[in-house]
Amino acid sequence: MAIVEHTDSTGLSGDDGVRRRDFINIAAVSFAGVGAVAVVLPLIDQMNPSADVLALASTEVDLSAIQPGQAIKTTFRSQPLFVRQLTEKEIAEADKVDASTLRDPQTLEERTVDGKKQWLVTMGVCTHLGCVPLGAGEGENKGEYGGYFCPCHGSSYDTAARIRKGPAPKNLEVPKFSFTSDTAILVG
Amino acid sequence: MSFPWAEQYTPKNPVMVWIDDKLPLPRLAYNAVGAGYPVPRNLNYFWNFGVLAGLALMIQIVTGVIMAMHYGANDLVAFSTVEQTMRDVNAGWLMRYAHANGASFFFIVVYLHIFRGLYFGSYKAPREMVWLLGLVIFLLMMATAFMGYVLPWGQMSYWGAKVITGLFGAIPVVGEPIQTWLLGGFAPGNASLNRFFSLHFLLPFVIAGVIILHIWALHIPGSSNPTGVEVKGPQDTVPFHPYYTAKDGFGAGVFLIAFCALLFFAPNFLGHPDNYIEANPLSTPAHIVPEWYFWPFYAILRAFTVDFFFVPAKLLGVLAMFASILLLFFLPWLDTSPVRSGKYRPTFNKFFWILVIDVLILGWLGGAPAEEPFVMMSQVAAAYYFAHFLIILPLISRSEKPLPLPGSITEAVLAKYGKTDGATVAVPAE
Repeated sequence: MAIVEHTDSTGLSGDDGVRRRDFINIAAVSFAGVGAVAVVLPLIDQMNPSADVLALASTEVDLSAIQPGQAIKTTFRSQPLFVRQLTEKEIAEADKVDASTLRDPQTLEERTVDGKKQWLVTMGVCTHLGCVPLGAGEGENKGEYGGYFCPCHGSSYDTAARIRKGPAPKNLEVPKFSFTSDTAILVG
Repeated sequence: MSFPWAEQYTPKNPVMVWIDDKLPLPRLAYNAVGAGYPVPRNLNYFWNFGVLAGLALMIQIVTGVIMAMHYGANDLVAFSTVEQTMRDVNAGWLMRYAHANGASFFFIVVYLHIFRGLYFGSYKAPREMVWLLGLVIFLLMMATAFMGYVLPWGQMSYWGAKVITGLFGAIPVVGEPIQTWLLGGFAPGNASLNRFFSLHFLLPFVIAGVIILHIWALHIPGSSNPTGVEVKGPQDTVPFHPYYTAKDGFGAGVFLIAFCALLFFAPNFLGHPDNYIEANPLSTPAHIVPEWYFWPFYAILRAFTVDFFFVPAKLLGVLAMFASILLLFFLPWLDTSPVRSGKYRPTFNKFFWILVIDVLILGWLGGAPAEEPFVMMSQVAAAYYFAHFLIILPLISRSEKPLPLPGSITEAVLAKYGKTDGATVAVPAE
């Protein structure tokens, strides 16, 4: 703020050389600044998800039709969700790996619900750039680690949907979910 | 503007005198693109591309505003309204094909314009601001083109939006909230489509505004020229009108012939068939590629496949891609050679052409699938791109011995046409 120096003939300045006008100047401009920030907030916030988008934020999934070794693709927050029932062999394969050697260290236990280790629920969104990995559908390429394979940039996930090879930095995300009965889950 | 011998606007018609007195708009046009703007007399056809870029922007604005009259920015109808424009709207197919291919031509001429600037050192003092504003225009163009490509709501639109906004998700901590904020949801949806439409409509006018600043900044030192030797007097210049209006007019004719050839005979040549399938969030196209004009940058993005020093590969790729453009903002200070034109810089010349080939290779790799040997080649080509600007260019600027420069633009012109008699220095014809 440029304050023009005047020779003070009004006698308004105190002993410290600060004039009342300086205070008014700073106070007025600060107030306008606070007002500007207050206006900018809603302008920015309007771009966040609206109430109707957030209202679709949880999904119920029926598991009764999924056989061991099968997976289904459904949607959660308008993004693909993979629900897979692992076979004994797939569980053993996932457990065999020392989790601490992985890029995103997590065990199968940490990625599933206690006592229901066979139910692997993950987002079908590659953690690299968001493509839908293959492997949930019948006959799709599961990649070298037998889980999911992203065709966009070649990320391979293992049977616990952990990243093993390729550019993706993280395991497929496990959304918050809970069992509402033995054969149904609520995601979100 | 620009030179002291620039002709002043002197209206004779009383109406024009009256207007000039109240609002000197004709004077502005006269000084900007009329006889009042003296221009070096030796400009070659590479100097056409600024005007051609302006022409391409006009084509985009006209066809785009018309397309907006027939478009519904809603995820339920967007795809079908675009098809309707193609099939039912009178001349709708022409508008859409002109708009889609117009974007490609806009990038073609802008890339040639940048090429001209790089080779002839147009970014150097006193024209740094012209270069910086040009880069701002380029960034705005990229944002506009990306958002425009989402609007037809085809498979490539959807997945392109997902991948590009996913880039922001790579930023630690704040990345995911930013991505959700940009999209207005957890994945591209109606909210994303609407805001992209709104911004796609707005940004071209912002570009037009920055173009005015770009031209304004240019007219302060005046145009550069192929010798890189500054104008020394009136004998070195000719008035913009009629000399360069004619030359640019010819260039515009050639441009339009090439544009029409693609528009009428191969309108889908540069497009992707997948974009004629409506967006489906549950199925990723086998091969997601952006439009060709983003390929070099896409190749740099994908070149990073391993983590370095705890920085994830994904973030490195994103940083490198943005850095590859932001780097150009520092170019006027990375190239310290006082000689502007690449014609008189033998070492620079060689490395310049290697850079051009490197960028073309990057472009080719950006369109190729993400597998070997393309990934490894992208890594080498991306590394060379950065090495050129950060290592090679500063080094050769210091060590290179340039060729002798001509004494003046006029001397260079006369030498070219075999008239070395300096005594009869020509005054430009009226």
